[in-house]
Amino acid sequence: MLELRGLIDDIWDFIAGILTGLGLPQWAVELFGYAVLAVVMFGFVAVVVLFLIWWERKVSAKMQDRLGPMRVGWHGVIQTVADALKLLQKEDITPKAIDFPIHFWAPVITFVAAFMVYVTIPFGEGLIVSDLSVGILYIIAITTFTVIGLLMAGWGSNNKYSLLGGFRSAAQVISYEVPLTLALLGVIMIAQSLSLGTIVAQQSNLFKWYVWRQPLGFAIFWVAATAECNRTPFDLPEADSELVAGFVTEYSGMKFAMFFLAEFVNMFTASALAITLFFGGWMSPFGPDFGPSWMWFLGKTMFFVFVLMWFRWTYPRLRVDQLMGFAWKVLLPLAFLNILLTGIGIYIFD
Amino acid sequence: MSDIFLTNLTFYVLSFCVIAGGIFVVSSRNLFHSAVFLVFTLFAVAGIFVVLNAYLLAAVQVLIYVGAVAMLMIFGVMLTTQLTNVRLRHVNEQVLPALAVCLFFLGFLIYGLWDTPFEIARAAPPPDISYKIGTLLMTRYVLPFEVVSVLLLAALIGAVVIAKRDRS
Repeated sequence: MLELRGLIDDIWDFIAGILTGLGLPQWAVELFGYAVLAVVMFGFVAVVVLFLIWWERKVSAKMQDRLGPMRVGWHGVIQTVADALKLLQKEDITPKAIDFPIHFWAPVITFVAAFMVYVTIPFGEGLIVSDLSVGILYIIAITTFTVIGLLMAGWGSNNKYSLLGGFRSAAQVISYEVPLTLALLGVIMIAQSLSLGTIVAQQSNLFKWYVWRQPLGFAIFWVAATAECNRTPFDLPEADSELVAGFVTEYSGMKFAMFFLAEFVNMFTASALAITLFFGGWMSPFGPDFGPSWMWFLGKTMFFVFVLMWFRWTYPRLRVDQLMGFAWKVLLPLAFLNILLTGIGIYIFD
Repeated sequence: MSDIFLTNLTFYVLSFCVIAGGIFVVSSRNLFHSAVFLVFTLFAVAGIFVVLNAYLLAAVQVLIYVGAVAMLMIFGVMLTTQLTNVRLRHVNEQVLPALAVCLFFLGFLIYGLWDTPFEIARAAPPPDISYKIGTLLMTRYVLPFEVVSVLLLAALIGAVVIAKRDRS
């Protein structure tokens, strides 16, 4: 089978051999290894995001009976590469009245937080940067930094639209994080583990997918994750028609691009988490050794990214009061009910 | 973190971040900047937990405190009268008594730390530590756990009551 783990190990052994041969101490080689790993992960994420932006434009075009980008490359595939190059060259306009350090660091924190999640996501058999024993907890903890980034962007811009956008998104993300975390508890209770590697290993075929035992948990998770990604129908933080562009109003050039990248990285993360916890992760649905594991991971994740795009181009936006009411009055009680039902189920069947 | 040199290096860098961040938190004249530095400090503390192989503690530290600081930022923004550049007064006429109290506590802490033998466990931590902590919380320590829950619930209800008061 076309597994990547062995290949990666061979390449690393070769590089580490050369470095040790040059007389570098063990700690330096180890540090170099971590740095290479980080760069490789960044490259992977960047390529995925460039692809997703193009795909989103194509999907939206199809849903609205348009063609979408067609000129640059085959069906516009390298359109986003051109766009990224344009954004890199653009002048970075910073208004005079901003709180400079806060304004400067907000996109950095938002993007780094989005990127740090990839430490514990299992991309395939053995393809995990570090299978932490507290994997799910780590992901939930790191995503709280998104709120900090949004608030910093809203405050640092010194603009009423930015501040309103930042506040809205903070309220939204904090509210939806509660049902999201509680929905994950159902899976954790059944799996008896917080490690994503272990949870994937337990779902070795179609019938062992946790979605069958946690349908309510998955529904709550998926709605809350859509809200966490600030995607329509929950995209109030950057509601263009009322808030100009929300917290990104005063950003341009590369800083704007970082917010944009973070949004798409978060979409991919939410989908990857959904398939890892509920749909068997990189495991093939037809039992072990049926196609390369990383292909299953990418295929399943891309399907869920497509569902997010589908939501965006078919649903209207919610009102602010509906949004908060839905999180606290509908999703939260349902999440508690799910935990109760899971507990009863475990008590009866195990 | 297999290499001892790397572990030590990480520890010193993180300690520097904790101390420098802490100094900025109390000395910054801008409420929002203080909050941001507080996030930085707490995150560095979580890093030290990771160096000590206490992954659960690190994750919980980030989860609870960073979320709490986000709340603090919102309050900071809401309680300031102008939108930016609010000048906070850092000293008032009670600076000398405060200094005396602080110095007393500093001496007390140094005395306490000096006399404490810090035993280092040589054994590696067990692999399924979060499972064990969870089991203990639900069996042996279930009473304190529930008492804390009731306390938090009471605080929550109290907050709602206070917030609702003048809307008759």
